[in-house]
Amino acid sequence: MAFFLEALLGGLMAGMLYALVALGFVLIYKASGVFNFAQGAMVLFAALAMARFSEWIPGWLGLEDKFLGNLLAFALSASVMFVLAWLIERLVLRHLVNQEGVTLLMATLGITYFLDGLGQTIFGSDIYKIDVGMPKDPVFLLDSIFPGGVLVNLEDVYAACIAALLVVVLSLFFQKTSTGRALRAVADDHQAAQSIGIPLNRIWVIVWFVAGITALVAGIIWGSKMGVQFSLTTVALRALPVIILGGLTSVPGAIIGGLIIGVGEKLSEVYLGPYVGGGIEIWFAYVLALVFLLFRPQGLFGEKIIDRV
Amino acid sequence: MFYRENGQFKTSYRSDQQIFAIAQDRWAILALIAFAAIGVPMLADEYMFRAILIPFLILALAALGVNILVGYCGQISLGSGAFMAVGAYMAYNTYIRIEGMPLIVALLAGGFFATLVGVFFGIPSLRVKGLYLAVATLAAQFFCDWAFLRIGWFTNNNASGSVSVSNLNVFGWSIDTPLQKYLFCLAFLLVFGLLAKNLVRSAVGREWMAIRDMDVAAAVIGIRPMYAKLSAFAVSSFIVGVAGGLWGFVHLGSWEPAAFSIDRSFQLLFMVIIGGMGSIMGSFFGAAFIVILPIFLNQFLPWAGDLVGVPISTATVSHTEFMIFGALIVWFLIVEPHGLAKLWSVAKQKLRLWPFPH
Repeated sequence: MAFFLEALLGGLMAGMLYALVALGFVLIYKASGVFNFAQGAMVLFAALAMARFSEWIPGWLGLEDKFLGNLLAFALSASVMFVLAWLIERLVLRHLVNQEGVTLLMATLGITYFLDGLGQTIFGSDIYKIDVGMPKDPVFLLDSIFPGGVLVNLEDVYAACIAALLVVVLSLFFQKTSTGRALRAVADDHQAAQSIGIPLNRIWVIVWFVAGITALVAGIIWGSKMGVQFSLTTVALRALPVIILGGLTSVPGAIIGGLIIGVGEKLSEVYLGPYVGGGIEIWFAYVLALVFLLFRPQGLFGEKIIDRV
Repeated sequence: MFYRENGQFKTSYRSDQQIFAIAQDRWAILALIAFAAIGVPMLADEYMFRAILIPFLILALAALGVNILVGYCGQISLGSGAFMAVGAYMAYNTYIRIEGMPLIVALLAGGFFATLVGVFFGIPSLRVKGLYLAVATLAAQFFCDWAFLRIGWFTNNNASGSVSVSNLNVFGWSIDTPLQKYLFCLAFLLVFGLLAKNLVRSAVGREWMAIRDMDVAAAVIGIRPMYAKLSAFAVSSFIVGVAGGLWGFVHLGSWEPAAFSIDRSFQLLFMVIIGGMGSIMGSFFGAAFIVILPIFLNQFLPWAGDLVGVPISTATVSHTEFMIFGALIVWFLIVEPHGLAKLWSVAKQKLRLWPFPH
């Protein structure tokens, strides 16, 4: 039982991180109808920026305080993501308005290649560390109930809390601010939003920036867990089944989908993996999402797809 | 001036239905095929064959298959790399497990198994479409990557996980030198190109296009979506599977699952989109573009670096290559979202009027 709980908790925490990446996808898809394959590259790019800036800034400014250095690095990385969002809107999206979905998908794949190259040219291509002072000690919970307790990595707990916090902030931003309302309006109907005077171009910059920030947070968390390296881009591929499961257009869907996928992956690897040779977590999530699609094509919380001639 | 159909009258149904309606086109294509079969072998050296021509032919074949699914039937697939892998591994297993199996039959068997897998992973297309389907087909990609890596039977229980074939021969002719490999692939490409061209002009092809343009409307006028979509998946993955077999057997010789990774799927999709969706010719253009571009950048960048006096390290070259490749893709999509095939048809239109402006 303790073992099961351990796997379950581990899955839930991994799921929270998937949800974070998936959130970036959903935000952009809702606001601009673009399936942003570059989310993974953005995570890597942001993480690289964060890792390198936190290394460089103390040298530039002669800072001793690590917290302040990290804070400045975060601010600088965030502004880099803003510039990136602005450039993407300016140079790519603006010219591709009204193109088919698959063309836009390809454009984001082009952006992926570009960002992968750019990030590694500017920031270097070694493995870097991000140290934001997250505790690394494992702790035991519920000692009194189970013999030995449940082993939990404190770092994961913090990560899950940060992710949850970000989700809360984002939903407040969407529900309570006027910019958030404008974003929801654009997501609902581009043309109607434009006709009442919401500037589409600015909205796109904002939404890509917000996605960039979620990429930055995801990059910091994943980066401090497993180091900043090229394989971070695959995190995005792991998050794809999440949005399929949760629905491409639903923020709560991304979160719940993330949790389901995280738990499913972990439990399947632990209980099913040994029978088929292990390593099944790579495809298990996809197959889960695929089976799910057969019964509910729009995902858990997606808008119902209605076909009209 | 020279490219006009004036005076070429169609007097029979047969002449009305030929693939290239204009005599000049027919001659140009025949000349091109003759050049590819006779001229190129005389001109190209071994490097050209190995690095450019053979990959081009095989990937053009694969792109042709993907184009049938994505361009003609409108079902986006990111699992083409997996179907190539199925083709390659099943061709391998047929080839080595059955004594005296002819090479061509083995390759076609690989295509057959790819068809089965393709149809299976095509089933979600009956329920979902567009980007959802794209992600669903990724399931095929990851599952196949895993299966060929972990399940020993596929690799003949080879400890290193990679498989290799040697001593290929067709009807007693051995296929060893780059030239023979080139001609072998060329023959495959020509046959499948002709088949595909005729298929998309036929009733089935029209059904696919109707489904692509609007599936609900197509269903209303009596086209069975299930039949049309799954047949597109079947034909597409058969061709892609054969191309995968060729890629493994002829181009690589020995390979492991990484040869058919998700990057391969993206590459094929790039070819289709840059070449032109829904155009057989476009598949060839796209394949040529994607095969030649990295090689060109690889040669050009160090040279350009020397020219400005900045020595460029290999790591920087590969990163810059990534950047330029990505930027070119985006630029290309912005400038010509309908692909190279569209440029080609515009050029032909202009040529018909030349030298007059209107």
